[in-house]
Amino acid sequence: MLQITNLHANVGDKPILKGLTLSLNAGEIHAIMGPNGAGKSTLGYVLSGRPGYEVTEGSVTFNGNDLLALEPHERAAAGLFLGFQYPVEIPGVSNVQFLREALNAQRKNRGEAPLSGAEFLKVAREQAGALGMDMDMLKRPVNVGFSGGEKKRNEMVQMGIINPALAILDETDSGLDIDALRTVGDGINRIMRKPDKAVLLITHYQRLLDYVKPDFVHVLADGRITRTGGAELALELERDGYKELAA
Amino acid sequence: MNRSAPTRHDEAWRYSDISAVEAAWPLAAPESIIVPAGGNFARTILQDAGSIHQLDIAIGKGATTAIHVLNIGGDYGRVELNITLHEGADFKLGAVQIGGGTQNLEIITTVTHAEPKATSSQIVRSVLAGTAIGTYLGKVAVARDAQLTDSVQSVKAMLLDRSATANAKPELEIYADDVKCAHGCAIGELDAMGLFYLQARGIAPADAKKLMLQAFVAGVFDGAADEEMLTDAALKKLGELV
Ligand SMILES: Nc1ncnc2c1ncn2[C@@H]1O[C@H](COP(=O)(O)OP(=O)(O)O)[C@@H](O)[C@H]1O
Ligand SMILES: [Mg+2]
Repeated sequence: MLQITNLHANVGDKPILKGLTLSLNAGEIHAIMGPNGAGKSTLGYVLSGRPGYEVTEGSVTFNGNDLLALEPHERAAAGLFLGFQYPVEIPGVSNVQFLREALNAQRKNRGEAPLSGAEFLKVAREQAGALGMDMDMLKRPVNVGFSGGEKKRNEMVQMGIINPALAILDETDSGLDIDALRTVGDGINRIMRKPDKAVLLITHYQRLLDYVKPDFVHVLADGRITRTGGAELALELERDGYKELAA
Repeated sequence: MNRSAPTRHDEAWRYSDISAVEAAWPLAAPESIIVPAGGNFARTILQDAGSIHQLDIAIGKGATTAIHVLNIGGDYGRVELNITLHEGADFKLGAVQIGGGTQNLEIITTVTHAEPKATSSQIVRSVLAGTAIGTYLGKVAVARDAQLTDSVQSVKAMLLDRSATANAKPELEIYADDVKCAHGCAIGELDAMGLFYLQARGIAPADAKKLMLQAFVAGVFDGAADEEMLTDAALKKLGELV
C-alpha cells in the first residue's frame, strides 16, 4: 500500500529525514518509536504534504501512485489521513461544517455523490458516540477550547467519519488518561483494523500498543529506520531505552 | 459651495484615490438623517459599484441606529459616516470590506458622543488581496459633559497577499473623564497551520481559505434586516479572491 524508499527531506534548510525506507501492506499496523527530535512528526508531515517540508531525494508511492506529486487535499481524497500530534484550532468554523465539507470534498474528488446534511449527521453521530464525544462538541468550533485529550479524541472521530485507507497517527496517545487511551485504542482497532487498511502509529510509549497490537515495530532515529522487529521490540525499548538500541 | 476637492493632506482622505475623488467632485451633499428621540433606525449600505456614500446621522435621546456596510465594488469605494449621539442614544456599525486587484476601499467614521450615557459599537473587518488598499479611519469624540459614554471599536484586517495594504486608525478624542472607550486593532494573515489542517482533511486550498475567511467576517451582519443578502454577497466576493 505505502512504499517509502530512501526518503530524504529538509525542514527549511535542515536535513531531517536521511534515507528512510519503509513499506506497509494492507492489513498491517506498524508502530514507529523513537527519541524526541528523531523526525517522526516530520515523516507524517512529509507524507501528508505540509508546505515547507521539502523532499530532496527518494520516493513514496501509495497504491502504486506517486504520493509526492499530489497536493495535500488530493492525498486525503486518495485515502491518507494524518492524525495530528497537535490538532489545530480553527476559530469560527464548526466541527460539523468542517467535517461535512471535508468528507464531501473527498467524495467529489473520487467522483462520488456528496452526503446530504442528514446522511452526514447520521455518520457523525455514530462516530462521536462510539468515541464518547457528545454532539455539542461536534457543533463547537474545531478544537477551540478543547483539552489535549478532547483534541485527540476529536482526531479519532474525524478518522471514523472520513474512514481512510491509511492512517498516520502522530502521538495520538499523548495527553490521554487511561480510560481515554482505551477508548482511542478501541477506536483505532474498530476503524482501521481491516484487511484493506493500514496504520502507521507514531508513539513514544508502549502503553498504546497494549490496546493496538502492532504487526511491526520500527525505531526511527536521526532520520532513518535503525531497527525493525515485532511487537516484542516495543517492550524491549520500554525496558532498555533508545540509546542502547541506537548504539 | 464649490469647495475644491480634498487632497492627501486632508486627514480623512489621506489614503483615498484622489483622482477618483476629483472625477466625482463636487459630491452631492451628504444624506442627512435625524432619528427622533426614542426612535429606531437601521440602514444597509451595499457599495458594489465604486461610489462615495456620505451619511450624517443625528441620533436623538434614547434612540438607536444600526448601520451595516458591505464595501466591495468598483476601483474606489468609500463609505463615510458622521454620527452624533444625544443622551442615552445607541449606535452600532457592522462593516465588512473585501477588495482585490487594485481596489481602494474605505470606511471613514466620526462618532461624536455629544451628551452623556450614549453607547457606540463599531465592528469592521477587511479582507484584502492583490494590491488592494483597505482603510478604516474611525474617530470617536467624547464631548466635555458626555459622561458615562461607552464606546467600542473592533477593527481587524486580513491580508491574503503581501502586496495588499490595510490602514486602520481608531482614534479617540475624549474631553469627559468618566467614560469607557475600548478599541482593538489587528492586521494579520490566514493561519498557515489552520489552512494545512483543512487541506489535510481533503478541502482544496481555495475552499480552505474561503472557510477561514467566512469565519473571519462571521457575525458582523448579525441582526441586519438584509443579513442573508449581505452574507451571500460577501461570500461571493470572497470566492473571487481566494
Ligand atoms: N517547523 C520546523 N522548523 C525548523 N525545525 C523543525 C521544524 N519542525 C521540526 N523541526 C526540527 O526537526 C527535527 C525533527 O522534529 P520532529 O519531526 O518534530 O521530531 P519528533 O516528532 O520525532 O519528535 C527536530 O530537530 C526539530 O527541531
Ligand atoms: Mg513529534
